[in-house]
Amino acid sequence: MNIVVLLKQTVDLVEELELNDDGTDIEREYLSFKLNEWDEQALEEALLLKDAGAGSVTVIALDETDVDQSLYSALAKGADRAVKLTGDFEGGVSSHRRAAILAEHLQREPYDLVLIGVQTPEDLDGQAGVILAGRLGVPHVSVAIGVEPLDGGVKVSQEFGAGVVHELKVAGPAVIGVQAARQAPRYVPISRIRAAMQEGGIEEAPAPEVPAETGLKVRRMYAPESSSHAEMLSGGADAVAARIVEIIRERGILK
Amino acid sequence: MSNEIFVLVEHHAGAVTDVTHELLGKAAELGGPTVACLLGHGARGLADGLAADTVLSVDDPVLEHFVPEAYATVLASLIAPRDPRLVLIANTTVGMDLAGALSARTGRPLVAYCTELAFDGEATVATSQVYGGKLNAEVEVTGPVIASVVAGSFTAASGSPGAVQDVAAPDLSGVRTQFLARVAPDTSDVDITAEEILVSVGRGIGGEENIELAQEVAEALGATVSGSRPVTDAGWLAKTRQVGKSGRKVKPKLYLACGISGAPEHLEGMSDAELIIAINTDEKAPIFDVAHYGTTEDLFDVLPALTEALQGAIA
Repeated sequence: MNIVVLLKQTVDLVEELELNDDGTDIEREYLSFKLNEWDEQALEEALLLKDAGAGSVTVIALDETDVDQSLYSALAKGADRAVKLTGDFEGGVSSHRRAAILAEHLQREPYDLVLIGVQTPEDLDGQAGVILAGRLGVPHVSVAIGVEPLDGGVKVSQEFGAGVVHELKVAGPAVIGVQAARQAPRYVPISRIRAAMQEGGIEEAPAPEVPAETGLKVRRMYAPESSSHAEMLSGGADAVAARIVEIIRERGILK
Repeated sequence: MSNEIFVLVEHHAGAVTDVTHELLGKAAELGGPTVACLLGHGARGLADGLAADTVLSVDDPVLEHFVPEAYATVLASLIAPRDPRLVLIANTTVGMDLAGALSARTGRPLVAYCTELAFDGEATVATSQVYGGKLNAEVEVTGPVIASVVAGSFTAASGSPGAVQDVAAPDLSGVRTQFLARVAPDTSDVDITAEEILVSVGRGIGGEENIELAQEVAEALGATVSGSRPVTDAGWLAKTRQVGKSGRKVKPKLYLACGISGAPEHLEGMSDAELIIAINTDEKAPIFDVAHYGTTEDLFDVLPALTEALQGAIA
């Protein structure tokens, strides 16, 4: 089975997000980017499939900021191939555009199963995986928490709220949006990533030019003004702890 | 394009979800006419509880359980002839499978994570939560559009439908996805939805070895430790302890959020708690917008201090 994992660099949300001059997008220039955390889960699920002898793993990403780091890390973890699609992605890439490029690329990349993180923090126009499946005309399952081989296809565990899980059997090529791998993403020491870097091994191909409009016009972006905000406690850990005890005692919670 | 507003009726185990009624409420507020799309097998009776002008009921054995491919095929077949102005789908597991699929199949734009919607002439104006809830985007779309909506954004409508129409399912013989089984929730662990006090940990706890700090506070309070998705995904806590959209929805008397930033998916599961106290070093963390009290003191200092203060208070 040829397993393809689609990786995307996203904004590190730990950072302060600044807006561009007209307030319609984030200012990307000074932000740091990292692998989308759900894609890391998708990669782990793919590597678990590979470990079980189910096939080979190819990771594919658009050439977004610091993507080499993520691709080398994937190779160091056990991916067989890493492909970087080059192009102009500086202003960010919508899910529709990303899906269109990947759908076109996958016409020449053999695949039996595509795993992708179920979402990214930037999916204003929806999640790329399900749009990709629509373009490819293949089945799709979102919010997967387990993918296992079954009768030439796969069995997907799909998570619903409140702990309910559905098991689905999907035949033939499919795109699966991974919420969480069956186990926590494996750790790879920095020395192994460095070794992968020294070996090189990232294949490059120009991203196919595909017209893809979202149809959305962002009027403005802004930090949400909440109608309420917590009353903030300060003065050091001991003072805060004492105040918390007071509050919960006043509420009758502390017996 | 017609003026109709479509709402996907989501139902599980014979019950329509709350968020479906919220979508119907918003559709009516926008002026309708509202069309509820009810897909299932032997589920037509659920139409009686839907406050919509029209219910389109599609009954087929393939639709008995949620099969993403089949549902997308049927919905696309309902949308094509009536050409609605707006299609509303909840941002749930079901919605995440369908909204993007319909956008790809019908060519309609999709606005995800909507919390507000209005019409402005021919345009639809939507507000979306992006970047983990740190920013809102106000988006304008001209022409027909699909919106996936965050639960809890709108007021639910109650009532009964004006009319129920049966619509034959399109050919579903090519569907390659098959429902195998529904796995019931794991009840071997404590039921966090029944707990009065939760000490809940997020990514800020840093590692499994630090869960103990929260456990000590929980013991002093007679509480249970729960967590956010990153913590359970990392295996630091059992899945049964996960609070949020994909975990459990909780409403305890006290929710002590430790190192939880408050992504929309998490807030959906706990914002109704009676008292929320949040500890997070990022003063801009969205958790502080729903918390009653908060502190930016380091949780590695506050939790031990709190354990000590509680032990002193109780002794």
